[in-house]
Amino acid sequence: MADGGLPVVARFEVRHRNYLAPDGSINRPLPAFASDADLLTALYRAMMLLRNFDRKAVALQRTGRLGTYAVSLGQEAVSVGIASAMRAEDVLLPSYRDNGALIWRGVKLEEILLFWGGDERGNHFSGPVEDFPFCVPVGSQAPHAAGVAYAFKLRKQPRVAVCMFGDGATSKGDVYEAMNFAGVHKLPVVFVATNNQWAISVPLRLQTGCETLAQKAIAAGFIGEQVDGSDVVAMRAAAEDAIAAARDGQGPRFIEAVTYRLGDHTTSDDALRYRSAEEVQARWKEEPIARLRSYLVGQKMWSKAQEERLAAECHDHVEAAVERYLATEPRRPESMFEHLYADLPRVYAAQRRKLAGEGDA
Amino acid sequence: MPEMTLVEAVNLALARAMEDDPDVVVLGEDVGINGGVFRATVGLQTRFGPERVLDTPLAELLISGLCVGMAAQGLKPVGEIQFMGFLYPCIDQLVNHASRIRNRTQGRLTCPMVLRTPHGAGIRAPEHHSESTEAMLAHIPGLRVVIPSSPERAYGLLLAAIRDPDPVVFLEPTRIYRAAKGEVEDNGEALPLDVAFVLRQGRDVTLISWGAMLKETMAAADALAAEGVAAEVIDLATLKPYDEATVLGSVAKTGRCVIVHEATRTGGFGAEIAALIAERGLTSLLAPVARVTGYDAIIPMARLEQHMMPSVDRIVTAARQVCQFS
Repeated sequence: MADGGLPVVARFEVRHRNYLAPDGSINRPLPAFASDADLLTALYRAMMLLRNFDRKAVALQRTGRLGTYAVSLGQEAVSVGIASAMRAEDVLLPSYRDNGALIWRGVKLEEILLFWGGDERGNHFSGPVEDFPFCVPVGSQAPHAAGVAYAFKLRKQPRVAVCMFGDGATSKGDVYEAMNFAGVHKLPVVFVATNNQWAISVPLRLQTGCETLAQKAIAAGFIGEQVDGSDVVAMRAAAEDAIAAARDGQGPRFIEAVTYRLGDHTTSDDALRYRSAEEVQARWKEEPIARLRSYLVGQKMWSKAQEERLAAECHDHVEAAVERYLATEPRRPESMFEHLYADLPRVYAAQRRKLAGEGDA
Repeated sequence: MPEMTLVEAVNLALARAMEDDPDVVVLGEDVGINGGVFRATVGLQTRFGPERVLDTPLAELLISGLCVGMAAQGLKPVGEIQFMGFLYPCIDQLVNHASRIRNRTQGRLTCPMVLRTPHGAGIRAPEHHSESTEAMLAHIPGLRVVIPSSPERAYGLLLAAIRDPDPVVFLEPTRIYRAAKGEVEDNGEALPLDVAFVLRQGRDVTLISWGAMLKETMAAADALAAEGVAAEVIDLATLKPYDEATVLGSVAKTGRCVIVHEATRTGGFGAEIAALIAERGLTSLLAPVARVTGYDAIIPMARLEQHMMPSVDRIVTAARQVCQFS
């Protein structure tokens, strides 16, 4: 009996998952997949490519060749870890900062550049054709994920929807409404909140009164887990478990990936206005790429020569993509009417003709 | 052919669409065992099961967002919002996602969804239940906005909306849900979208309206006929995109136009039609275009709402003034 003699009707707990310490040492036995050196190095390569790509994208923005861009610096393990646990036939519903997941799933770098360069063709990307494009209105993709998962369940398809958003999105009704519905129907969907501590300038303590974001799943009736989002082994393991459970009909899961945004919110942001350089510097000690590298080197899974080759590969990959991006022919102005409707209503044809310089409207 | 009410025609169209296409899913609050607050979905859950006729949690944003996700997977969701005043949480999904996912992804993903909601005042409902903010929806590129005005058109246009490959908001005129009766054949035939219906031919003045307000507009046409004025009555039916050719063709014939809607005046859809006629029909005009609309006030609660809505008298008076203009 609790205080006052009233019975306790429910108790909950939230677990935290971590394997690799910031120095690359192991906190506890690694999951089975971690003995696969090819897989671990693939995760490492993907994170490195993302970091190189980010660096180049920012340079392009600073020189006026790309629009506003959202960097993944410091949180590469989240998107790479999650995507690596998905199957091709699963559906990803990403937020605007989940480049790493898209790249893992086959989206080309030049397509991501096209999107941030202001061209809708970037969203007609390679990779799984049913994946959703980047979602800019925060958290509004969560109800889509529930709808996608409902379609999977209705058609009895063994597929899983994976919905990614940031810590700020967990403050929105959209996310709760979607999670609540997913809980009711035990839908095959995994919600991933990348808790990078900052929603632009608003720190987590002003975002929520909760101890964890993971506990928000409890109100929706399913398991929420907190994961070290700077530990790609933990991210992949948590995603594997959650996706497998969802595919198995056990219903949704929620993953809170606890990490840190080392960069600005976007290229239009200056994070020094709201947080100290010392705070950021301290967080660099926990970042995911050096952490995994330390482990790999310690296990003799990775060498200096491999590192040098990878650096050259990333450079060439990114530069070739940038070249293709910059060489992409601009769209004709009247193409804004393309795909507006399945068939353009006759009344708008005149506007399209005017834009094409073919007559009055 | 059986005679039925407009809401029964909606039910018939939903049943027909679900029968014909296993991808059609009906979802909303109370649409299941309760058959919807207006009984538009009555009997559907028994017939098609709780997975295809889905009672959702009380969350309108969710309903519209679920529709987007389902539609992107090739289902044809038909969401119900109980009253238009509760549609506003769906606007984010309609503007930012439903209407533009085809364009954003250059056709890779599409959104063949329908969002149905009762529309308009005049049923003495509580506050927030009597909205007619169709102009807000008609402003959104990539969306279709459809309002039937009879059981026959409710059946045919709803079938068309469900079969349409793009998102449609289907506004059902609450005031005539049961007041409008007509013969409807359950033949599975859709009526065309984006097309206005000429309900009555006339040479003297064009009266344009949509939804429940066509009841008063048709009565006004009768009254004008008794005075020797032959009014042409157009049911716009699809507001986005709307049938400019029929509007301009009628005004070219009559030279005079009165637009009738119960929605507030400023920025109402009547303004769009008046602007179209000013731009492209000016030379055929014999009088300024008139609008008979609701006032720029919040739709009053039951005791005053009839004063908000255009009456037959207001329409007749406006038509007379337009006809007498020199």
